[in-house]
Amino acid sequence: MSLPGEKQTGREQTGSSGDPTNKGESGLVALFFIVGLAASLAIGWIVFPKLLYSKSEQPFDFSHVTHADAVGDCESCHFFREDGTYAGVPTLAQCTECHEEVQGESEAEETFVNEYVAEEKEVPWKIYSRQPDCVFFSHAAHVTGAGMDCAECHGDIGESESLKPYEENRLTGYSRDIWGKNIAGMKKNSWDRMKMEDCGACHKETMGSKGACFQCHK
Amino acid sequence: MNTESNETRAKKFGMVIDLDKCTGCGSCMVACSAENNIPVRKDESDKLLSITWIRVYRITNGKDFPDTEICYFPRPCQHCGGKHDDGHSPCVSVCPATATDYDHSTGIVSQIYTRCFGCRYCMAACPYHARYFNWWDPVWPAKLEESLSPDVSPRMRGVVEKCSFCFHRYQLARDKAYQEERDVEEMEYQTACTQACPSGAITFGDLNNPDHAVYTLKKDKRAFRLLERLHTNPKVYYLSEREWVRRAGDNYLSNEEPTGAPGAYELKGKGGH
Repeated sequence: MSLPGEKQTGREQTGSSGDPTNKGESGLVALFFIVGLAASLAIGWIVFPKLLYSKSEQPFDFSHVTHADAVGDCESCHFFREDGTYAGVPTLAQCTECHEEVQGESEAEETFVNEYVAEEKEVPWKIYSRQPDCVFFSHAAHVTGAGMDCAECHGDIGESESLKPYEENRLTGYSRDIWGKNIAGMKKNSWDRMKMEDCGACHKETMGSKGACFQCHK
Repeated sequence: MNTESNETRAKKFGMVIDLDKCTGCGSCMVACSAENNIPVRKDESDKLLSITWIRVYRITNGKDFPDTEICYFPRPCQHCGGKHDDGHSPCVSVCPATATDYDHSTGIVSQIYTRCFGCRYCMAACPYHARYFNWWDPVWPAKLEESLSPDVSPRMRGVVEKCSFCFHRYQLARDKAYQEERDVEEMEYQTACTQACPSGAITFGDLNNPDHAVYTLKKDKRAFRLLERLHTNPKVYYLSEREWVRRAGDNYLSNEEPTGAPGAYELKGKGGH
């Protein structure tokens, strides 16, 4: 019995919206809805990403272009150790081979020689491509085994004249390069993101399967 | 060429433990804990709470002196292949999070701590009690933290962990093999427990490779596996001359004839795994 009664109330409400005063009200509601939606989207897509990542500068600036011109290729500084592991970012000892004395007039060079070379202190570089603890990434398998180019994952960092600020996710502590610059997770180039999905997609494409967990996890 | 075979030829890593050589010293347990960043608890004597990836059990033949005999039973994760060796291991098939999977190229059952959400279904499914739960975040005594291995990721509270056959050692051995464009050799990938055993009771290698010691040992007439009648198809083989030890491996009742059970040790040596 209560069902038809409810229906009637419903009809009454729809009927009342035809009333001119209520029309203005509903317009106002719609306006508030649109403004609210726009504000939430703006917060979600613009403000939140800015809050999510903290920005910090590297200890001093570095030009890959200058160094690549001087030493020739990536492998001179970023090489494989004898046991097959990858050395990654050069140690102070490697840099000191050339930089015992201040060369040129750049401010970064002066900072480097005075604060690190003279003090024999390793440079606390912030690694853009640092993967989480549970990941085992084999440079040997990708570079030597599969013959991949550095740029396929690292992009054009080798052609950069200065270092970009390091952005760290405040929640996870990971570098922004893992999720990628695009907050929606869109990617145009193979080096835009370094998530497990990206590893999986490439493995699937080139090897036919994403591979077992223990291939890349430890 | 060699790097290609590195990728494509399926391996099946396994272990053969000679129980007649095992003295129960526990070196394997110690070496394993040190290698795999296993957390220590204030009271390690409480075995309900302490974690160890390889546990040494002690069994006896139940006879009175002077006929009493004791056998020590080291038990790592058995890395079960499932009935048809298709990766249908008890734990893998129940995990709702795909936090543990079977690697068909190595035969190793993985455990991904960041993926596990701690339901402990796998622990219930595992017939060997090889899995352990982290009830607390690990706390290492001061200074010990500095000796942790960077090759093994530490576990957090609320996840399950287990023996990985020291898989990180294979990852590192493979790195070197890639650089030298060859395959990983038998002695390059050995688990920590294998190397620590003072009596040489543990042998480790590729069960599919005729050049590896385990390939011949697994066909030995003394060889058996734990709870074979469950068809879990473990990759850990045990050797013992003693009949009662072999019977204990499948928990036979005193009036039961092992020959009747499918996959019992008597059937071993007919070329099956």
